Amino acid sequence: MEAFSLTTVEAEALRLSLWVSGWAVATSLPLGIFCAWLLARRNFPGKSLVDGLIHLPLVLPPVVVGYALLVGFGHRGFIGSWLYDSFGISFAFNWKGAALASAVISFPLLVRAVRLSLEGVDKGLEQAARTLGAGPFRVFFTITLPLVAPGVLTGSILAFARSLSEFGATITFVSNIPGETRTLPIALYTLTQTPGGDAGAFRLCVISVVVAMIALVASEILARKVARKMEG
Amino acid sequence: MSIELSLKKRQGDFTLDVSFRSEGGITALFGRSGAGKSSLVAMAAGLSRPDAGRIVVGDTVLFDSKAGIDLPSERRRVGLVFQDGRLFPHLSVLANLRYGEKLVPVAERWASFDRVIGLLGIGHLLDRRPAKLSGGEKQRVAIGRALLSSPRLLLMDEPLAALDGARKKELIPFIAMIAREFSVPILYVSHAIEEIIELADNLVVLENGEALASGPLEEVLCDLDLSAITGRLDAGSILLAEVQEHLPDFAITRLSLGTNFLNVPQIDAPIGSRVRVRIGAQDVALALEKPLRTSIQNILTGRVASMSATPEGQADVHVEVAPDGGGLLWTRISAIAAAELGLKRGDPIYALVKSASIARSAMSVRPPRP
Repeated sequence: MEAFSLTTVEAEALRLSLWVSGWAVATSLPLGIFCAWLLARRNFPGKSLVDGLIHLPLVLPPVVVGYALLVGFGHRGFIGSWLYDSFGISFAFNWKGAALASAVISFPLLVRAVRLSLEGVDKGLEQAARTLGAGPFRVFFTITLPLVAPGVLTGSILAFARSLSEFGATITFVSNIPGETRTLPIALYTLTQTPGGDAGAFRLCVISVVVAMIALVASEILARKVARKMEG
Repeated sequence: MSIELSLKKRQGDFTLDVSFRSEGGITALFGRSGAGKSSLVAMAAGLSRPDAGRIVVGDTVLFDSKAGIDLPSERRRVGLVFQDGRLFPHLSVLANLRYGEKLVPVAERWASFDRVIGLLGIGHLLDRRPAKLSGGEKQRVAIGRALLSSPRLLLMDEPLAALDGARKKELIPFIAMIAREFSVPILYVSHAIEEIIELADNLVVLENGEALASGPLEEVLCDLDLSAITGRLDAGSILLAEVQEHLPDFAITRLSLGTNFLNVPQIDAPIGSRVRVRIGAQDVALALEKPLRTSIQNILTGRVASMSATPEGQADVHVEVAPDGGGLLWTRISAIAAAELGLKRGDPIYALVKSASIARSAMSVRPPRP
């Protein structure tokens, strides 16, 4: 039975991974929905540029993203120093930085899923709500948002799974600090660099697979539940 | 409540320039697809913006380009029933019905929930989801939802077009009842003239973005050969008659039309109620002297009101059969017959109509005079 219980180090890495990924998704969700709405429903000058910028982390090497974050959000970075001086918020070498890196990397997945879902919403329903006396905000929160719930759900799960596997940007931006930024993939990497760490690395491998599988199955079940609810 | 509508909009090559006024009841907007009906509805509901114009319902100005008034959709209180229902799929029927109602201040609600669901017969559907409703049920819920938002004007954009023939027939009485039970003016858009004849008080005919004619339905239909537009309905007139008596032995109902009587196949309507009768122009014959001992039951006395030649080499003669307007009978005879009769305006004349040529489906009972 001992093989099935987690060691302190494993538990810590797992807890940290879930914590960082959870925060990454939760905080990027409102902005993600807004960006998806902007891209799906609005036309404005520079739209392709915004679109490209959002999708950039998908195609850039994560190390580049991590380095850009370090330059921008590090202690001496132009945004980082301002955030620290004005609000006392620091992203340097702590779990918040890891969450920021995960959020940036997984953002395009979130936006794509929500946008796709938004494009499938019948605008006629929104118009119907308007004629019934609902203003644009009420229409968004009572009609549009509930109708894209499946997309938001899919996007969140995808982004969560991507955050769990985040490695390059995180290690570049906030390094490898036990209990602070050493998430599952980084812990695994550390063990592969340690003599005699093979067995531990394998165990972390299995844990990663199990967590990812749980996330995907959960999303499938939830999506089916939502679909069933729509059909009444 | 009156509706006043005058709108201009350019969309590519198409120019919409329509203006009409209606004193309430059901005003039908009739035209082929592409005539501009749906654009007009979208503008009235505030979903699209006219280049210029004015929309007034009662004494509320919804849009006035000169005065710079353009109420947003949500403040117009214009209920819209779409062809495809557009019920919110994630909400129950009850929540759909309440959606607009709860956004209207209590003091301004004129449609009570219980009355509306009672009249529409949708009380047993409240817990269901829209996906589980039949086409007819969906439209009834959509009508209820629009009514419960206590609109100033109810727009119905081809509400029956998505339904099959039997369902259409089922829904028509509900629409007629709404017009009767509530005093909300209804703008009813359709390309089906049969529906319109059954429902509408007033008619606006739209063609290529323009209003060809507008006014009380009987008058408009008598002035205009709609067969050119519908391609189906033959030329004919609509007469408004009153039920005089029933002759069950002969399965005949006798209608009065001014001083004339009209025997038609028996219909189910109380004595004194008003009936709209459609008589095809080709189904009428004319005579200068009263024919005696003939099988033709309906011999209407009247005067020649106008004459014109048709492009097909026939003659259209309008005969006034009831003195107080609304009783103009359109007859279409051959040019040679017209020449031999030597008709002139104002000549007294007898119009002959076979009872059997008036189908039951060509008659509809109208609500009593307001």
